[in-house]
Amino acid sequence: MELVTPTIGLVFWTAVAFVCLLILLKKFAWKPILAAIHEREQSIDEALNKAELAKHEMARLTAQNEELMKEARAERDHILKEAKALKDSIVHEAKTQAHTEGAKLIEKAKIEIENQKKAALAELKSQVSSLSLEIAERVLRSQLEDKAKQQDLVANLLKDVELN
Amino acid sequence: MDCSHVFEFKVKRLIVVFTLFLAFLSVSSRVFAQADTAVVSADTAVNAAHTEGAHGAGHGEEKFEPTKVIMEHIADSHMWHLWGHLSIPLPVILYTPDAGLEFFSSGQFHHGEHDYAGAKNTYRLVNDKIKIVGADGQVDEAASSKILDFSITKNVAAMFIAIAIILVIFISVAAAYKKRVGKAPKGLQSFVEPIILFVRDDIAKPNIGHKHAKFMPYLLTVFFFIWINNVLGLIPIFPGGANVTGNISLTFVLSLFTMIIVNINGNKYYWKHIFLPNVPFWLWPLMVVVEVVGVISKPFALMVRLFANITAGHIIVLSLISLIFIFKTLAIAPVSVAFVLFMDVLELLVAFLQAFIFTLLTALFIGMAVEEHH
Repeated sequence: MELVTPTIGLVFWTAVAFVCLLILLKKFAWKPILAAIHEREQSIDEALNKAELAKHEMARLTAQNEELMKEARAERDHILKEAKALKDSIVHEAKTQAHTEGAKLIEKAKIEIENQKKAALAELKSQVSSLSLEIAERVLRSQLEDKAKQQDLVANLLKDVELN
Repeated sequence: MDCSHVFEFKVKRLIVVFTLFLAFLSVSSRVFAQADTAVVSADTAVNAAHTEGAHGAGHGEEKFEPTKVIMEHIADSHMWHLWGHLSIPLPVILYTPDAGLEFFSSGQFHHGEHDYAGAKNTYRLVNDKIKIVGADGQVDEAASSKILDFSITKNVAAMFIAIAIILVIFISVAAAYKKRVGKAPKGLQSFVEPIILFVRDDIAKPNIGHKHAKFMPYLLTVFFFIWINNVLGLIPIFPGGANVTGNISLTFVLSLFTMIIVNINGNKYYWKHIFLPNVPFWLWPLMVVVEVVGVISKPFALMVRLFANITAGHIIVLSLISLIFIFKTLAIAPVSVAFVLFMDVLELLVAFLQAFIFTLLTALFIGMAVEEHH
C-alpha cells in the first residue's frame, strides 16, 4: 500500500520542478526549435514551389520560343510567298507593259511609214509633174525653134479650134 | 465519441512495435513467473531458517531478503546508496506544525542508527521514514503523522539531475538552431529533431489537429521528461538507478497536469458531452456520473500505467539479480546476467514506449477536449 500512496514531498518537488522545466524549455528550447523547424520547412516548401514554378516558366518559355519560331517561320514563308507573288506580278506587268508599248510603237511606226510613204508619193507626184512640164517645155522649145514648125503647129492648133 | 483515428494512426508502424512488444511480454511474463516463484521459495526458506532459531549464525552474515531489497529500491529514500556502506546524504526538509520548517542532512541519522535532535522534536529514521521520538524514547505515531516531509529524497535528486540533463540537451540544441538558421541539423540536433518531429507530426497533429501548436511545449516536455527519467532509471550506478517514473507521486503529478490542461482547454462541446450527453433524458443521471468518472479515470489510468510499467521493469531486473544471492552461487550468474541484459533491452523499448503512450494519450484527451463539432 505504501508503494501506491503518493508522498507530499515528491509530489511537491515534482510539481515545482516540472513547472520550472516546462517554463524554461518552452522559453529557451521549444519556441526557438519549433520556430526554426517551421521556418526551415517553410523555406523548403517555398524552394520546392519556386523550383516547380521555374519548371513551369521554363516549359512556358520553351513553348513560347517554339511558338515564336513557328510564327517566324510562317512569317518568313509568307513574306517569301508575297515577294514571289510581287515579283511575278511585276514581271508580268512589265511584260504586258512592254508588250503594249511595243505594239504601240509598231503602230506608230506603221502610221509614220504610211505618212512618209504618202508624203513621198506626193512629192514624187509633184516632181514627176514638174519634171514632165519641164520636159514638155524643153520639147516644145526645141520644136518651136524654127519658124516653119511654129507655123505648122499654129496651123494645126487653129484647125482644131475652127471646129468649135 | 469518434476515436477511430486513433486506431488508424500509423497503424502499420504500430502493429510492428506492438507485435514485438507482445512477443517480449509473453517471454518476460514467464521470466517474471520464474523470478516470482524463486522469490517466494527463497522467502519461505529464509522464514523457515528464521523460525528454526538460526540466530546462532551470528551477525557476521546478513540474511538476504530479496523482497526487502527490491522494495527498498523501488521506494524512495533519504539517502542515495552508492555501494557497500557508502551513501550520499541528502538534505532533509521537514515541516511540523509546532517546530515549523527544519533543515538538516540525512547523514545525521547515520543510516538510522542515531536519532537527530531538532529544535523541538527528536527525529528517528524508521524504515526510511522520518518519525518523531517521544520523551519515552518510543516513536510517537500521532505526532509523526503530522510531519510534512519536503526532503530532497533520492527520487527528487534523480529528477533534478534528469531535469538538468534535459535543460542542457535542449538549450544547446536550441542554440544550434539559432546558429545554423535554415541549414540541415547536425550532431545532437539531428538526433533530437526527428523525435521532436515525431511528437509533432505523429502525436500532436493527428490527435489535436490545427490547434496543436499551443500544446506542443507541454507534450514535448512530458515526452522527454518521462523518457529521460525512464532511461536514467535503467542505469544502475549513481546518476541513475532511481525509480523516478516508477513512483506514484511523480506519475500522479504528471497525470494531474494532463487532467488540468485537458479540462482548462475543454470547449463547450466537451462540457456539453459530459453534462448534456446525447442520450434519452432518463439516462442522464447515469451518463453524467459515467462521464464525470471518465474525466478522472482517464488521467488515473495514465498515472497507474506509467507507474506500473516502470516499477515492474525495476522489480524484474532486481529479482533476476537477486537470484544470484538467493542461490548463493556464481553458477547462476550467467543466466541472471543474460536475462537482465534481455530485460534491460526490453526496458529501453518500454522506456520509450511509455513516454510515447503517455504523450499520445495526453494528446488524444486534449484533442477530444478541443475538438470542434460541426
